[in-house]
Amino acid sequence: MSAYIVALIGSVLILLGIFELLRRRQLSEKYAVLWLVVGLTLLVVTIFPGLLGVLSRAAGVEIASNLLFFVAIVFLVGVALHLSWEVSRLEDETRKLAEDLAILRLDVDEHVKRTTSGPDGKS
Amino acid sequence: MSNEFSGRALIVVPAWNEEAAVAETVREIYAAVPAADVLVVDDGSSDRTVECAREAGALVLELPFNLGVGGAMRAGFRYALRHNYDVAVQVDADGQHDPSEIPDLLAGLAHADIVIGARFAERGAYQVKGPRKWAMVVLSKVLSLLAKTRLTDTTSGFKATGRRALPLFAEHYPVEYLGDTIESLVIALRSGCVVTQVPAHMRPRRAGNPSHSPWKATVYLFRAGFALLLALVRRWDTSVKQAVPLAAPPAAEKRMS
Ligand SMILES: Nc1nc2c(ncn2[C@@H]2O[C@H](COP(=O)(O)OP(=O)(O)O)[C@@H](O)[C@H]2O)c(=O)[nH]1
Ligand SMILES: [Mg+2]
Repeated sequence: MSAYIVALIGSVLILLGIFELLRRRQLSEKYAVLWLVVGLTLLVVTIFPGLLGVLSRAAGVEIASNLLFFVAIVFLVGVALHLSWEVSRLEDETRKLAEDLAILRLDVDEHVKRTTSGPDGKS
Repeated sequence: MSNEFSGRALIVVPAWNEEAAVAETVREIYAAVPAADVLVVDDGSSDRTVECAREAGALVLELPFNLGVGGAMRAGFRYALRHNYDVAVQVDADGQHDPSEIPDLLAGLAHADIVIGARFAERGAYQVKGPRKWAMVVLSKVLSLLAKTRLTDTTSGFKATGRRALPLFAEHYPVEYLGDTIESLVIALRSGCVVTQVPAHMRPRRAGNPSHSPWKATVYLFRAGFALLLALVRRWDTSVKQAVPLAAPPAAEKRMS
C-alpha cells in the first residue's frame, strides 16, 4: 500500500514539475505536449496498476513489468534520436550564424575603412 | 479617419518564398503610406524574394534560416524599437492585406495599443470553413472576454502595434506555431495593453500557396486550442528591459507603465 502512495506522489510530482516548467516558459510547445502525455500516462498507470496487467495480457507479454520496460525503452530511444536530430540542426544553425557574423564583421570593417580614410580623406 | 497619425511607422512584411508577390506589395504600401518605411523580413527564402523586395525599395532583413512568422516579426519589432519607431504594422507579403487600410489601423492606435485588421467585421468576403472556422470562433470568444471588447478575428496577421506594446513584443513575441497571433494577444492583454479591431478586407493571394492547406484544418483546431490554453496558464514576465540599445541617437525616452 505504501508503495502505491509513494508511486502516486512521485507521478503527481513529475506532472507538476512538467506543468511548472511549461508555465515558466522553459519548455516549448512541442516538448510540452510530449512530456504532458508522458506525465499523464504515468499517472494513469500508477492509479490503476491493474491496467498494465490487462494490456500485457492483450499484447501477449507474460510479465507485466516487461511490457513497461519495453515501451519505456522504445520511447526513450525515440526521444534520444529526436534530440540528436535537434542538436544537429541547432549546430548547423549556430555555424551559419558564426559565418554570417564573420562576413558582417568584414563588411563593417571595409565600410568603416572606406568612410574614414577614403580617397577624399573624409573623417 | 478623424485622427491623422503623425508618428514614425514601420511596416513589417514577413516573407518566405514570395518572389512573385512581395514587390507589388511593397509598392502598394509605399503608395498607401508614403511616410512609412517598409521592412521586409526574408526568412531564409530559397527564391528571389530578397532581390525583388530590394528592387521595390524596401529595407530587407535577411534571416540566415527559417524562423517562422513569429521569429520574423520579432526581428521586425526589434528593428523598430532599435530605430525608435512609434508603430510597427504587420502586412503579409502575399498581398492578402490591403495596404490602403493601413491608415485605418494607424488611426485606431489613438485609442489602443494594438489594432487588429479584422477580416470578418462587415467588410470583405473572407471565408473559412470547418474546423478552422470553429477554432477561430472559440478563440475570438475567449480573447474578447480577456480584452473586454469584441474581437472577431484574433488570428489575423494584419496588426498595428503601438509604442507601448513594442518593447514588450521586441522582447517576448512568441515564435511558436500560432503564437504570433493568439499568444501575442494574451501577452499584450496581460500586461495591460488595450486591443481593438477595425474592419479590413481580405484579398485573394496574389501568387504562391498558403502555408496552411485544408487538410491541416483539424490539426489546426487542436493546436489552436492547445496554444490558447498554454497562453492562458503561462506566467508572463511582462517586464521589459528599460535600456533599449538605439541605433540612432535616442529621443526623449518615455517610461512605460
Ligand atoms: N518570415 C516568414 N514568413 C512566412 C513564413 N510562412 C509564411 N510567411 C509569410 O506570412 C504571410 C502569411 O502566410 P500565409 O501562408 O498566406 O498564411 P495565411 O494568410 O494565414 O493563410 C505571407 O506573407 C508569407 O510570406 C515563414 O516561415 N517565415
Ligand atoms: Mg496569406
